[in-house]
Amino acid sequence: MEQTTTLDHSADVYEPSLTPDSLGKLGMWLFLISDAMSFGALLAAYGAIRAGAAEWAPPSEVLGINLTAGMTFLLICSSVTMVKALEAIQNGNQSRMCTFLGLTILGGLIFLGLQAYEWTHLITHGLTFTTLPHGMSGSTLFGPTFYTITGFHGAHVTGGVIYLIVILIQGLRGTYTAENNHKVEILGLYWHFVDLVWIMVFTFVYLL
Amino acid sequence: MNDHAHESHDHHHEESFVSKYIFSLDHKMIGKQFLIFGLIMFMVGGGLAMLFRWQLAWPDKPLPIIGVSKAYQEEGEVTTAADRKWEERFDDDKETWLETNMPSGVIDPAFFNSLFTMHATIMVFFVVVPLLVGAFGNFLIPLMIGTRDMAFPVLNMLSFWSNILGTIIMMAGFFVPSGHAAAGWTGYAPLSSVPELSGVDWGQNLWCISLIVMGISSLMGSINYITTIINMRAPGMTWFRLPLAIWALFIVAILLLLAFPVVASALALILFDRMAGTSFFAAAGGGEPLLWQHLFWFFAHPEVYILILPGMGMASEMLPVFARKPIFGYKSMVFAMIAIAFLSWIVWGHHMFQSGMNPALGLSFMTTTMLIAVPSAIKTFNWLGTLHRASIRFTVPMLNVLAFISMFVIGGLSGIFMANAPVDIYIHDTYFIVAHIHYVVFGGSVFAIFGGIFYWFPKMYGRHMNATLGKIHFWISFLAFNGVFFPMHILGVGGHMRRIANPMQYEFLQQMQPISAQPINVFITVCAFILGVAQFLLLINVFWSIFRGKVAEQNPWQATTLEWHAPTPVPHGNFDAIPHVYHGPYEYSVPDAEADWIPQTQPNGESEHGEGEPVPAGATAD
Repeated sequence: MEQTTTLDHSADVYEPSLTPDSLGKLGMWLFLISDAMSFGALLAAYGAIRAGAAEWAPPSEVLGINLTAGMTFLLICSSVTMVKALEAIQNGNQSRMCTFLGLTILGGLIFLGLQAYEWTHLITHGLTFTTLPHGMSGSTLFGPTFYTITGFHGAHVTGGVIYLIVILIQGLRGTYTAENNHKVEILGLYWHFVDLVWIMVFTFVYLL
Repeated sequence: MNDHAHESHDHHHEESFVSKYIFSLDHKMIGKQFLIFGLIMFMVGGGLAMLFRWQLAWPDKPLPIIGVSKAYQEEGEVTTAADRKWEERFDDDKETWLETNMPSGVIDPAFFNSLFTMHATIMVFFVVVPLLVGAFGNFLIPLMIGTRDMAFPVLNMLSFWSNILGTIIMMAGFFVPSGHAAAGWTGYAPLSSVPELSGVDWGQNLWCISLIVMGISSLMGSINYITTIINMRAPGMTWFRLPLAIWALFIVAILLLLAFPVVASALALILFDRMAGTSFFAAAGGGEPLLWQHLFWFFAHPEVYILILPGMGMASEMLPVFARKPIFGYKSMVFAMIAIAFLSWIVWGHHMFQSGMNPALGLSFMTTTMLIAVPSAIKTFNWLGTLHRASIRFTVPMLNVLAFISMFVIGGLSGIFMANAPVDIYIHDTYFIVAHIHYVVFGGSVFAIFGGIFYWFPKMYGRHMNATLGKIHFWISFLAFNGVFFPMHILGVGGHMRRIANPMQYEFLQQMQPISAQPINVFITVCAFILGVAQFLLLINVFWSIFRGKVAEQNPWQATTLEWHAPTPVPHGNFDAIPHVYHGPYEYSVPDAEADWIPQTQPNGESEHGEGEPVPAGATAD
């Protein structure tokens, strides 16, 4: 019981909040950690299936690497515009923020458009949920793993574009200022995460 | 303090019925919603168990009351009202639900598979998690850390209602053609991923969809809990002044955050296999059947600690109050829980010794699994150390906590058998594992829930539950529980497989030595019925006490933690003023103190100088 008397009984011992300015920031970080686990599970499943397959069609022969390299570059650019948007509002420049948010949305939309083009192209060439392109040999799980992972990522981009539009509308109404811009920063966390995940997807599904 | 908390406190407007009781944003109401929801689902899950226990004790015998008589079954002679009813059902052209699942009142083997699958699914995802994490997590976290509400009240409300949505989807599965999911709660592929194998179509689909929805619900809850505990603790509430229940819930929230997305991804792949013609888990199509087991147990082993850690935390909370001693080894309790949570990520393969996994891998999983015994034993000895030479108050919560500790020890010891690959090869998939999981989850978690409901009820509803009824419920439950699950060890060692609709079709079970499995199964079933009926005493006690219980004072148990510092019933915003914390959570029987307890809110020096009474809980400390 000596322990209790030697304890520091001071109420001044107060550990400050991890994100004192915004609860949402920590909340978004936690969501992203969780989301990383779902992408991680899908990529791990992909790895296990591919490693266990007797034959796996080389991705570079089935998929168009050049197009997706361009898409990757585009998404990285949209992350840069996102950073610019946050920087603008932190300096109190609302119109500049809205411009950069608009550019980020544009980047996301072009990415989605290119992905839709890529998918339709691949489907017409025979890469579906159950088949490989004609003349290709290998596991038919190439298609479903590809579509599941890129589709899950595409859904995140779609959600991100909607999220960007909501924040942009609020920005146009003047909600955000040099003092109040946590929500823009939180949006940025999400958008950079989607970008980062794409680099993983691009590496594992297209390049390797 | 945090700005957000102040904002929520300032809204003292009158609330409508809908915003107060249904789409409530108040953590306490959401906690109570989870409590009532969990108790109702507890009865549903228990009811399913009653049905399959009947079949196991008296295979292919019609159920009482709704089943046909013996005369009708053997000679087609109509003697009872039930016989007449069944005549009519068989005569018309419609195939009713009863006719499919229990023709003549006899449980169909396919229905039996759905019954045990859904019993486990409901108990794990719809009872124990909602009660421990949903009800107690929501109710206790803001109160015990001294803040006004959760970090994200709207997310909290959505968490409850997506939980309800998941429940509706899951319950709908009972009424779709070809029956509910029947691949076990583990949903092993390809049984779960190829509809032709189990003969179940939409039942399994709904099972997958529902669990994904439940995952989203858990995700919202855990983001809320972690953010709240990290960012919103009262001044002076340092990490090592946190009550152990909060530590447990914090760790569990991290496990939920990381584990559920994995199974949600895997469930999506199962759905593709079932509905889009892929073959992720079917070897015939180039897939990997073992992949499901890896992904599932990577989630589900942390999940079983999600089921027990909050129980450990709550037991550690109640034990010092009724032993009137500080918890033995507070910091070692915290680090033991962290160690258990960490180890839970690297032991999943011990569920798969029999799966054809590489034995070298099995050996490493066996080693890591054995390591879990160390932190578990630390916790157990700390509980015993807390009890050593204590002046124990044998209240209803205390009885349940003592049951928790002793049953957890039995469950833990049988776990060591399962963790040994050579032993597991023999007892795998027998009633031994059924005994083990129930000793941990029922004997452990559910008794902690019983204790927790009784202990925190005065703060939740401002009234006491009835102690006599509580003791009767405890003793019947405790004895019947052991009557149900202890003999299962013997059945398991005797080779009695689980998940078999009619075990008596096997001669070796009929002739099991020294006695046949049949009378043991009858004994288990009778005890199970007693256990099931006894739970109505709990329900009656809860619902009667909400309206008619003895009115509770602010701190009926003379406990130190912050929730007892809040007024009873707890108002919107919880505290009159945000409390300041000066002490650890378990300062009981402190030498030289006036009373035998020092509330966490009592400022320094007051009792040391012997200046009269300790500050009564409820007075503001600042």
